[in-house]
Amino acid sequence: MAKRRKTREAAGEMLDGNRSAAVGAKLSRVQVIAAYPITPQTPVTEALSEFVERGELPAQYVNVESEHSALAVCSSASLVGARTFTATSSHGLAYMHEMLHWVAGTRLPVVLACVNRAIGAPWSVLNDQQDSISQRDTGWIQVYAWNNQEILDSVIQAYKIAEATCLPVMVCYDGYVLSHTEMPVDVPPQDAVDRFLPPYKPHTTIEAGNPKNYNLVTLANPRLNADGVLCHGYMEIRYLLQEALEQSTETIAAVGREFGKSFGRSYAGLLWEDGMEDADIAMVAMGSLAMEANVAADSLRKGGIKAGVVGLRIFRPFPKRDLVRVLRGCRLAVVFDKSVSYGNEGAVGNEIKAALYGIDTRVAVRDFIVGLGGRDVKARELADAVKKALASVEGGALSQEKADWICEI
Amino acid sequence: MPRVDAVNLVEKEFLLPGNRLCPGCALSLAYRHILKALEGQAVVTVPASCLTVLHGMYPVTSVTVPCVNTPFASTAASATGLVAGFKAMGRTDLTVVAMAGDGGTHDIGIQALSGAAERHDDFIYICYDNEGYMNTGNQRSGSSPLGAISGTTPLLGKREHQKDIMAVMEAHAVPYLATANACYPLDLYEKVRKARSLQGLRFLHVFTPCPPGWGFPFADTIRIGETAVQTGWNVLYEIEDGVFHLSPPSAAVARKGGPKPVREFTATQGRFSSLGEDKMQELQDWIDARWERYLARAAAGHQ
Repeated sequence: MAKRRKTREAAGEMLDGNRSAAVGAKLSRVQVIAAYPITPQTPVTEALSEFVERGELPAQYVNVESEHSALAVCSSASLVGARTFTATSSHGLAYMHEMLHWVAGTRLPVVLACVNRAIGAPWSVLNDQQDSISQRDTGWIQVYAWNNQEILDSVIQAYKIAEATCLPVMVCYDGYVLSHTEMPVDVPPQDAVDRFLPPYKPHTTIEAGNPKNYNLVTLANPRLNADGVLCHGYMEIRYLLQEALEQSTETIAAVGREFGKSFGRSYAGLLWEDGMEDADIAMVAMGSLAMEANVAADSLRKGGIKAGVVGLRIFRPFPKRDLVRVLRGCRLAVVFDKSVSYGNEGAVGNEIKAALYGIDTRVAVRDFIVGLGGRDVKARELADAVKKALASVEGGALSQEKADWICEI
Repeated sequence: MPRVDAVNLVEKEFLLPGNRLCPGCALSLAYRHILKALEGQAVVTVPASCLTVLHGMYPVTSVTVPCVNTPFASTAASATGLVAGFKAMGRTDLTVVAMAGDGGTHDIGIQALSGAAERHDDFIYICYDNEGYMNTGNQRSGSSPLGAISGTTPLLGKREHQKDIMAVMEAHAVPYLATANACYPLDLYEKVRKARSLQGLRFLHVFTPCPPGWGFPFADTIRIGETAVQTGWNVLYEIEDGVFHLSPPSAAVARKGGPKPVREFTATQGRFSSLGEDKMQELQDWIDARWERYLARAAAGHQ
């Protein structure tokens, strides 16, 4: 299991998150880019446009008129066999919703950078993770980066994972917190990336005289083709999508290990862990929030509370097995969610409870909703939340009906 | 290019016999000749529509060209993606054809189509127009005519005229646009052939009578399509680099003293059964005014 790196090796270039994503796409030698501007994703599209106009990236850049079209362009270009990239945020991702399902159903290795932003109404351009969490059931692999190095590394790995599994990958990172914040990022040389990521060998073909018809109307039950061979019905095709997502955990880990061998930064785990060896209490978060949780855990430990941090790097496929392994020794898991499944609770908290169902030890789970619409999340607030959760567990409550919102109501 | 006739028409069929469209559907006829004109060297991208139904159900199709289905709003964007993908792969072997109905073109697909036209993306867009959402059982579309009864204009008929999609597309300054009619297959064939020889976004509007949606007998499709041209309901023309030409079937109508009364067209179809005299006159005035505009443009085009 990978440990979160607290110190950085030799400092590289100073890049913000958006530049890191764009450089990752360029290093991956993307061939077709289609994107529509939306805050805070715009610098990704501007950087890629510049790479293309300068002749540094021999790609087709399509300035589409909407996000729906952006993903439709990527979908059909990918069917032809091109490596495709798009990026969006918030309402843009919501507008892509139909195409997200379509791309996953077609099993196309499209890579999308989602710069996480709150979703209206009311309007907000600031960060939370409601946009990508709302798309969790579309059949995409979802990666959440916790710093800019991870953004760049994840985009490159995303193509390798996508092309091996025939699944699209969404690389998510927090708007402004990462997208507009510069950090030192080690940019690997092109030849090393080329060795790691060979050109895409498509599983689809479009050629004259071969009447392949992608996504014809498909009946519920299997049906004979013209040669009398029984072919899948809709439900079998959908089962294969689910199976591919489930099995992709191994590919994700293998690609992460190989990345480590090639570039010295391993991503073999679906989770990051910090101080979990002897932890009594796990603080669970996704994206840059896990950095803040690290600070809180350190302060809790100074106060005698043995806290550790679990950062979910992968949200789909949901890393159930890894979470059970890492959380089963804890008395309490405190989950910090930057999204809400309205009418229920935080998405991560809810899914962790489900993952822990039926194991032989009792782990209390407390869910806190934090940071919506860019609300600042302080390490002190996270530490206070842990203390509050701990008090309620010591008061005998294993579970609670509602998530706690860290806000003024 | 020599004009085509029944003798030198491409013999090979790319639409094999037997598909799931209604009997008498003009779309089968149109598609057969469109694919012939493309000589099978095309990939077609199709949204949810009657054309999806024509293409069959997995894993059987009677169409011998590759096809990419795409969600309703995205036909033109899908075509753009195919074009961009082929360019990225250095391929020039296939013509990209986007083909959608009037709902998929005038209404839900217009944003993607407008974007592609503005970018001068290199594909042929064909709108087959049956003047309503016929695949879902006949509801009103932006191309349904004034007075037409449909599932969503069940008693009073449509209260607005058709959206002039040709004017919309011409405003995008596309290099070639033309109207055609499934019941004049050689004229349609010529136009697809010409479109194929050009570059940029080429737009074809194909009139396709719909027996169940319009309420006429299956055997009458060709007669209805011809009556549409004779009454000026459907005017066949081309606009190439901004120059307007009436096509032979409509030029013949002009030569022979102009269109017949539109009543001869509407009287053949159940969808106009509740059309009162005032609406009838309004339709006639609208058709007359449009015809005069076309004649003026045709005269200017020949100067």
